[in-house]
Amino acid sequence: MLLVTCPYCGPRPEIEFRCGGEAHIARPAEPSKLSDKEWAEFLFVRTNAKGVFAERWNHAHGCQRWFNALRDTASDRFIQTYKVGEKRPDRTPGQERL
Amino acid sequence: MLKTSHAAHRDLSLPIEQPVTRPDTKAQVVIRPLPAQARFSLRLNEADLEGAQTAAGVTLDIPINTRSGSAERSSIRLGPNEWLLTGPYDDAEVIASQIDAALSGRFYTLVDVSHRNVGITVSGRRAAEVLNSGCPLDLAEAAFPTGMATRTLMGKAEIVLMRLDDTPTYQVECWRSFSTYVRDYLIEAAREFEPSIA
Amino acid sequence: MDQAYRLPEGGRIDRKKPVSISFNGQTVQGYAGDTVASALLANGIHLVARSFKYHRPRGIVTHGSDEPNALLDVDRGRGRSDPNNRATVVEVFNGLAVASQNHWPSLDFDVGEVNDLLSPVIVSGFYYKTFMWPRTFWTKVYEPRIRAAAGLGRAPTVADPDRYQYRHAHCDVLVVGSGPAGLTAALAASESGKRVIIVDEQAELGGSLLHDVTSLIDGIPAQDWVRQAVDTLDSRANVVVLPRTTAFGYYNHNHIALAERVTDHLADPSSNLPRERLWQVRAKQVVLATGSHERPLVFADNDRPGIMLAESVRAFINRYGVAPGRQIVFATSGASAYTAAADAKAAGLAVSVVDVRSEAECGPEVAQLRSMGCEVLTGHTVVASRGRKRVTGLIVAPVSADGRVGARRTLRCDCVGMSGGWTPAIHLFSQSRAKARYEPSLDAFVPGTSVQAERSVGAAKGAYQLGECLRQGWMAGAEAAEHVSERTFDATNSPAGFKPVRVLPTDVNPKRLRAFVDFQNDVTAKDIRLAVREGFESIEHVKRYTTTGMATDQGKTSNMNALGLVAGTLDRPIPAVGTTTFRLPYTPTTFGAFVGPSRHHLFDPIRTTPIHEWAAAHGAEFENVGLWKRAWYFPKAGEDMHAAMARECKAARTSVGIFDASTLGKIEVVGPDAAEFMNRIYTNAWLKLEPGKCRYGLMLKEDGYIMDDGVVARLAHDRFHVTTTTGGAPRVLAHMEDYLQTEWPDLKVFLTSITEQYAVIALQGPKAREVIEPLVTDIDLSPGAFPHMSVRTGFICGIPCRLFRVSFTGELGFEINVPSDYGQSVWEAIFERGKPFGITPYGTETMHVLRAEKGFIIVGQETDGTVTPDDLGLSGLIAKTKPDFVGKRSLSRPDIVSAGRKQLVGLVTDNPNEVLEEGAQIVMDPNQTIPMRMVGHVTSSYWSSNCDRSIALALLAGGRSRMGSRVYVTTPTGFTTAKICEPVFFDPAGERVNA
Repeated sequence: MLLVTCPYCGPRPEIEFRCGGEAHIARPAEPSKLSDKEWAEFLFVRTNAKGVFAERWNHAHGCQRWFNALRDTASDRFIQTYKVGEKRPDRTPGQERL
Repeated sequence: MLKTSHAAHRDLSLPIEQPVTRPDTKAQVVIRPLPAQARFSLRLNEADLEGAQTAAGVTLDIPINTRSGSAERSSIRLGPNEWLLTGPYDDAEVIASQIDAALSGRFYTLVDVSHRNVGITVSGRRAAEVLNSGCPLDLAEAAFPTGMATRTLMGKAEIVLMRLDDTPTYQVECWRSFSTYVRDYLIEAAREFEPSIA
Repeated sequence: MDQAYRLPEGGRIDRKKPVSISFNGQTVQGYAGDTVASALLANGIHLVARSFKYHRPRGIVTHGSDEPNALLDVDRGRGRSDPNNRATVVEVFNGLAVASQNHWPSLDFDVGEVNDLLSPVIVSGFYYKTFMWPRTFWTKVYEPRIRAAAGLGRAPTVADPDRYQYRHAHCDVLVVGSGPAGLTAALAASESGKRVIIVDEQAELGGSLLHDVTSLIDGIPAQDWVRQAVDTLDSRANVVVLPRTTAFGYYNHNHIALAERVTDHLADPSSNLPRERLWQVRAKQVVLATGSHERPLVFADNDRPGIMLAESVRAFINRYGVAPGRQIVFATSGASAYTAAADAKAAGLAVSVVDVRSEAECGPEVAQLRSMGCEVLTGHTVVASRGRKRVTGLIVAPVSADGRVGARRTLRCDCVGMSGGWTPAIHLFSQSRAKARYEPSLDAFVPGTSVQAERSVGAAKGAYQLGECLRQGWMAGAEAAEHVSERTFDATNSPAGFKPVRVLPTDVNPKRLRAFVDFQNDVTAKDIRLAVREGFESIEHVKRYTTTGMATDQGKTSNMNALGLVAGTLDRPIPAVGTTTFRLPYTPTTFGAFVGPSRHHLFDPIRTTPIHEWAAAHGAEFENVGLWKRAWYFPKAGEDMHAAMARECKAARTSVGIFDASTLGKIEVVGPDAAEFMNRIYTNAWLKLEPGKCRYGLMLKEDGYIMDDGVVARLAHDRFHVTTTTGGAPRVLAHMEDYLQTEWPDLKVFLTSITEQYAVIALQGPKAREVIEPLVTDIDLSPGAFPHMSVRTGFICGIPCRLFRVSFTGELGFEINVPSDYGQSVWEAIFERGKPFGITPYGTETMHVLRAEKGFIIVGQETDGTVTPDDLGLSGLIAKTKPDFVGKRSLSRPDIVSAGRKQLVGLVTDNPNEVLEEGAQIVMDPNQTIPMRMVGHVTSSYWSSNCDRSIALALLAGGRSRMGSRVYVTTPTGFTTAKICEPVFFDPAGERVNA
């Protein structure tokens, strides 16, 4: 079970959280202006990266806040968690912490 | 809050007359459903806390996942913009009006959840072990001292867990319909320490 | 039995506490402190099992959890039976009953042994090669027959009567294993005051030191040192000592699972104690001091009862005071067996040694043992063993450097202690996702670079010297606790080192050689070579083809021999062949430990409403809706469900029905931007809804499909009381929070669940108003002042309430929200007041029928996550003027606007008494060829007492353009016919609701 560091509550066990998939996919401001293809991409297409991946997490059974995390999908190590609205930290795979 | 001519009476989710375990001082763990309380969910953005550090007799400007106040009135900060406020049941209207007075002019919301939540205390030498049967958090003194309070899990039920004193006494709050499950889960976990449990 | 093989002194057993157990019905005496294995051996019982495939007689091979052979059925009484327990780890107590497995009619005479004669045929891959044709036999003949013939123990037939518990724990340092390295690690780590947990699978701490009677540590005997170390740990409040606890799984982020066996060793445990406790430990640092496993030697008939590991001979003698034989031959390729031999000799047993190493390859251990008067044959191989149900001799022969085998000689014996070297137990290290590294000097995989906050020490890391184990443990413990503390230990060095030999040199025809590599799976060296010859080169493939390393022991004793054999046959270095993945659990773990307390009433939370007690007292049958128990129907004496429902349905339409709707999800949406938020989340328009009014709201997911629905009341300009479906409540709140927090954080609105703040009493029927009128204060209930789809706050029975005038039945209706604690009392007052009107409590089934009569949908019944508003004829609920809301853009996706989508219709059967099955498929022509073209399915179907016929709702391709057509609907026996109609069966004009 992962140990997830909530930016508000600190390290907490994974069962208190829900993972919300890839982060930084903003809902288009004016969906009606998107073509069917563009809209389908927004809805359905995700990167499914091996390695460092920015994803959404919700501390569902804690403070109930959404936040983002950089996680290495191969090793399951978290590189960093950060609040909604903050920029994705610029990190490379070598900088993971144990 | 009640009109004088009320015909209806209360039926608490858990009977409170009897503690579940022996209440004597030798007991290693005592589980006790709490009587009714006034409870409010207060939501206020962190930025609006400035100048409203206290309200309704409790401190709001406290670290996330801590509790301040007394048995009479307390504020529990469950997140950056969420507090659970508690007080005696009959004080509900007073608390609401005091909050309104203290926070007027700011964007906040106050929702009465007095009947949504049920409280159970777990106290005694073995209390933390009993709670750790279903709660995944570190309850050691250093990690969860008196004054800590957070939403978490007890088995398959969501709870708010707070440590009230150094006995230690913990308070478990859950939604009403989960209260029998949470109580029974605690009883099952306490059984090995407190064979007097029925 | 008289314990004829119990040594006159020695061991850690308590000779003052005799214990009797039964083995296959026969009484066996032992002492407290014995395992079943040591008690059986004390009575000269070696034959304890029949092997898995060939039913060969088998004995006890090891003294610990790596035991491959001695699997017993254990019966602790009162329904506590458990198969496949290793005799070497089951502690004895009075009344324990164990039995051998996998034989018929008896252990001594097992007809299955015929398989052994067929062994030239039953080679690896036998099943795959033999049971190929005909294909129809795969599932009907081969698999059931093979399954019946295979398998070991028998599963218990009654429910497990024991309790099980969970425990979550945290520590700074978790030490796994309590041998010399584990003990010093725990001592050093705990010196600093940090929180330490030390676990060991055995009943006592000490590991290998528990059977070491000659070593000195810092000048005192090893076992005295252990006692001091354990006393020190026990005295430290910051240390949790967990014996009888197996660390069986190493998960992410130093999350370790432990299985603690709390009561299995007790004759009469308190019923308040859990049998086992599953610990989930989150450790800042982990020290793995898991020791090592001894390897058997591979030679012909090396599986005779009486042939065991050399270190195990030593353990039975020193720890349990048991002589596994009186005349013991140690066969070895390394030095450690000499320590065992010396201890056996010191215990007064006849001892000789056969060492496959040449005299020059050996160390001083040879001379030492010879000086004790033991014969040592260096440069000798073991050709075979003699005996059948017990070893009677070992056939040995000199072997030259080039492998030529000389003249045979038989050494008479009743026990053989074999040692083919040692394998570090890197299972947990490997589970931590770290990669093992092959170390040629040890002929073993050892821990490579750690990937979690973990350190391996001692024999688990390939350190076989006592002093080195103590030192490594101390250092790792101190480092893990970030505690600077240097210590050296003055300890006896025991001889170590071995020469890896995969299969002992032999003069036996290799085709006839029955030399076992994996005892538990009856895999021989020949099987493995065959697999390689047939092209299986990866060890993972060889494992699956031959089954070596599988089953309960997961090849703890056999893996390195098998790996070496594959590498040797392929003439490749071992790292090129690789090693199999070590999967959890380390040793078999009971289902009970995983299930924990989650059984019976604690399996899942059982959510009940504030009115539950009343419903139960009034005879309600309940149904599960999510975690809720909801009143399903209220049968009167003599009524079945059908009759009760028919009565309840009638009552709601002719007088008044009362229904507990408390489980509906309720969310309070508050803030100056509340209406804007609602506008974006729901398809409907909210900005102009006046306070005091209600609206039926429809919510889509971003993909355009219906997610939830419910009535929403605007209590004030900035406050909405939203209702959701019962099952959808948590999902809807999470959906709203997600958008609010991540997409529209600028909106000034907060959401609070009030589902359980209010009990909801639905009162439906023409008499509803009359019933509540005298109870309600501060609200004008007249139709003009309080029309359909409005909300008011006031009082009922003196209790503040939110009173909705809404209807899910098509009748005049109210939904009364009162604070939960008052729910039952208010319900009772209404019920009492309604009696003169014939007020009738109804349950969810009647609710379903009443709404279906009106064609009202239920999300999750008429929808399945692929249904759009238009599919249900609800396009009118989509605000055309709103530029955007969640899901809007998707409603113009090509596949959502395409023709031929399934649409909601009503169905009436030609036979009005026939009730269709929900989920039944619909076709237009029942005579078409199979597979038929299915055009839709029935979503809801009931007997309607109000319509006096059956009614059904269905989703049907192009349904709205097929009104009046006849369709064919599947039944359990074929097809029936129905006609498509509008999905409203009662009061189509909808006038009754405005009464």
